[in-house]
Amino acid sequence: MKILLENVTKIFPGRGKGAKEVRAVDKFNFEIPDGKLIGLLGPSGCGKSTTLNLLSGLLQPTEGKIFFGEDEVTNLPAEHRGVGLVFQNYALYPHLTVLQNITFPLENLKGDAKLTKEERVKRATEAAKLVQIENLMDRKPGELSGGQQQRVAIARALVKMPKVLLLDEPLSNLDARLRLQTREEIRRIQKETGITTIFVTHDQEEAMSISDMIVVMKDGLVHQIGKPQEVYDNPTNLFVAKFLGTPPINVFAGRIQNGALYVGEDKLFDVSADAKPGDVYVGIRPEGFVLQADGPLHCSLSRVEVMGRDMSVVAGHPAFLDASIRAIIASENLAEISGDAVNFDVKPGKVLVFDKETEERMYI
Amino acid sequence: MKSLTDYEKIGRNKRRRQAAGKTVTYVLLSLWAVIVLFPFYWMILCSVKSYSAYNSEYIPKFFTLSPTFQNYVDAFTAVPLAKYFANTIIFTLATTALMLVVIVLAAFAFARLEFKGKNLLFTLFLALMMIPNELVIITNFVTITNWDMRNTFMGLILPSVTSVFYIYLLKENFEQVPEELYKAAKVDGTSDLKYLCKVLLPICKPTVTTITILKVIECWNSYVWPRLITDDENYFLVSNGIQEIRENGFGRENIPAMMAAVVVISVPLIILFLIFHKKIMEGVSRGGTKG
Amino acid sequence: MEKNNLKAWLYLLPAILFLGVFMVYPLIDVFVYSFEEGYNSASQTFFGIGTYNYSYVLRDPYFLQALKNTFILVIITVPLSTGIALLISLGLSSIQKVREWYQTIFFLPYVTNTLAVGLVFMILFKKTPYSDGLMNLLLGLFGVSPIDFMDGPYWAKMFVLCFYTVWVVMPFKILILTSALASVNEDYYKAAKVDGTSAFRTFGRITLPMISPMLFYLIITGFIGAFKAYSDAVALFGTNLNAAEMNTIVGYIYDMLYGNSGGYPSYASAAAIILFVIVLTITCINLLLSKKYVHY
Repeated sequence: MKILLENVTKIFPGRGKGAKEVRAVDKFNFEIPDGKLIGLLGPSGCGKSTTLNLLSGLLQPTEGKIFFGEDEVTNLPAEHRGVGLVFQNYALYPHLTVLQNITFPLENLKGDAKLTKEERVKRATEAAKLVQIENLMDRKPGELSGGQQQRVAIARALVKMPKVLLLDEPLSNLDARLRLQTREEIRRIQKETGITTIFVTHDQEEAMSISDMIVVMKDGLVHQIGKPQEVYDNPTNLFVAKFLGTPPINVFAGRIQNGALYVGEDKLFDVSADAKPGDVYVGIRPEGFVLQADGPLHCSLSRVEVMGRDMSVVAGHPAFLDASIRAIIASENLAEISGDAVNFDVKPGKVLVFDKETEERMYI
Repeated sequence: MKSLTDYEKIGRNKRRRQAAGKTVTYVLLSLWAVIVLFPFYWMILCSVKSYSAYNSEYIPKFFTLSPTFQNYVDAFTAVPLAKYFANTIIFTLATTALMLVVIVLAAFAFARLEFKGKNLLFTLFLALMMIPNELVIITNFVTITNWDMRNTFMGLILPSVTSVFYIYLLKENFEQVPEELYKAAKVDGTSDLKYLCKVLLPICKPTVTTITILKVIECWNSYVWPRLITDDENYFLVSNGIQEIRENGFGRENIPAMMAAVVVISVPLIILFLIFHKKIMEGVSRGGTKG
Repeated sequence: MEKNNLKAWLYLLPAILFLGVFMVYPLIDVFVYSFEEGYNSASQTFFGIGTYNYSYVLRDPYFLQALKNTFILVIITVPLSTGIALLISLGLSSIQKVREWYQTIFFLPYVTNTLAVGLVFMILFKKTPYSDGLMNLLLGLFGVSPIDFMDGPYWAKMFVLCFYTVWVVMPFKILILTSALASVNEDYYKAAKVDGTSAFRTFGRITLPMISPMLFYLIITGFIGAFKAYSDAVALFGTNLNAAEMNTIVGYIYDMLYGNSGGYPSYASAAAIILFVIVLTITCINLLLSKKYVHY
């Protein structure tokens, strides 16, 4: 089912006397296509969890409208929306067994939808099979590992065949190895069921790796929506560029002058004649550097970290705005590095220029 | 778009139900608040009505236009209320202070010192927590009588200067303080007693405060033991005093004066509570849930 | 090590001394007393050893009256106070505005002197030749004819006693239950809501199991406390509880020990041990039941 958000805004009243109201979500517009996996991405406090709660119906928007398919559900309470919600801490009922936890939502069905006990158990078993926990049905949540609890929580959300599945930071409580495994699992389950799924995360790698589309948010505002690779390659502003990618993008103070792009005193390359001259931020992705003895970017070399296939060259530059530059380069070029200086050429497609004032992307 | 109106209706109904539920909740809570507060209002009201006014009201009035403080004067002059008051303060302070010394020392020994038979002794202590006061009060009564301590402060105070429960509470808290601090103090040549007073107690101040508050409330309201052990008015505490006033005070049944006495003995703890209500409630709930 | 040993015992000395004299020794002694027949507290002599004290107490009409009163008090006040406290705590946790005000007011009875406030209840309920009292005034609004609550029929007096007992024990229960409810993770309720769980079912299947350990703790301590009722009764009906037919087991123990009817520590001891056995039995039954219903 496709979901439409129209100008959705949520304002929380300030806490305490004289406190300012908080715009947790500001004019959110988005049409979520049917059957896709969407990642809501942003630093903590950006409004992504609020958005999720607005979708689930636990919160009502201050302004704007929400549609599920053709139906407006803006003011429909959570219990009538038919969404499945998986909590960050899973919120499994500790006094109920796995089976009881999964059948819990089914027992709430009334009228025509009411199920017999056999039907409930059958549905629960199907959901459990889907997440591969059918052998744990009689255990209590306290006896399960974090990953198993996560699966039970997903099964509980799926068992009522929701129109939409919402996941709040689904991986943050798992250790690194399980996280990788579980995110594949989420992708698989979503593909198998075809349910429109929206998940919230602050981990850009997580969002990039499994989402069909990502939504990058900050301070209640949507900064960019798109396919992960598109957003990575073409961020619309400096924040999005910095937020996506590990290691992060390297940002320099630069300027456009005489039809060329400068970083400090180094002239990188010529730009089109109609590019507006002035101060800019220059972001270069770590993979955008090329070792070249007479390259235009003159850096001081700090050290080289070899990590098998690649190496990461850590360097400094007078115009660099952070601690140190990181360039990812194939490690066969190791021999080319020596001394305490290194020169780079750059791949123009990996160089992103942003307006100094607005931090918006400049296409040069 | 039939479904839109349907969904709107569901949402509206729900909000209406929630508003109704809220109203019922507030009415219910307010009702209980009235039940709780009304006796306090009534005792203050009665205490400022004159004796004749009170007795002439066949239908009690809910307010008075001519308040008088004569009853308070009577309460302090016709019966030795001030004496009861002073006794209770002495009793409360002495008992609480002595108890704190005893339990702090014991809790420290259990928490930080190593000695033979420690676990056994602590188990025995815990077992004593199960013993109800009613079981031991009989012999204590006989003991205090035999020691000729009836109608003395010693007799009043001595049996209530230990509490296994508070030792337990404090020991648990002492043990939460990192042992490294104790070792550091040892290395610096700090004596145990100094470490206890300068390090442990300040860190564990919240628990000590809780225990103090609970004990003060307990002392201020204690009735049974003082009643057994005192029959001389000079040693009556407020609880016994109020009982005495009720049965023999004022020469006649003078309810306004009685209420004045009730107000006077209720006020100290209520003031204490209004000042420290957060601490007290927190303390009682901590003490209560650990038991 | 040796020195440390000595020092530890020194720190423990006051506690051991006081506990020994005022708890351990009396504990042994009370059993001895209860089996010494014909003990005379003046000459401190007795005739023999046996169970006569127990059979005397168990046949004493005053004790039987006290036993009956105590059981009625327990059976009425424990479920009632726990139930109302639960209701009020649920109400408290569902509101935000002025919640702290309510909490503070509700806790007030905890810090008041039982004996003193009991007097206020007495005059609220008392019917005198001059006045029917406030309670009767209120009941009159509903067309009930005046009842003499303090000196009248047994059930009227028992009602006042139960009412006051509930009033006194409520603050503690409300406080504990409110904090128990607050400790339930909000996400459970959100999860239930998204799943369309009705308020009633949420309470039965989630809230109640989650707070069951605390609820159970309150029920056990409530039983123990109610079995030891005494000062509430004194506050309302004066020290001569036997005459008012409102005596409790603890009251009986003290009456046997001291006062006009006193001087019989053996009977008091026997009664105290009977009380202890009753409380112990009830607590054990409670604990057994808890295994079945409480989710830890």
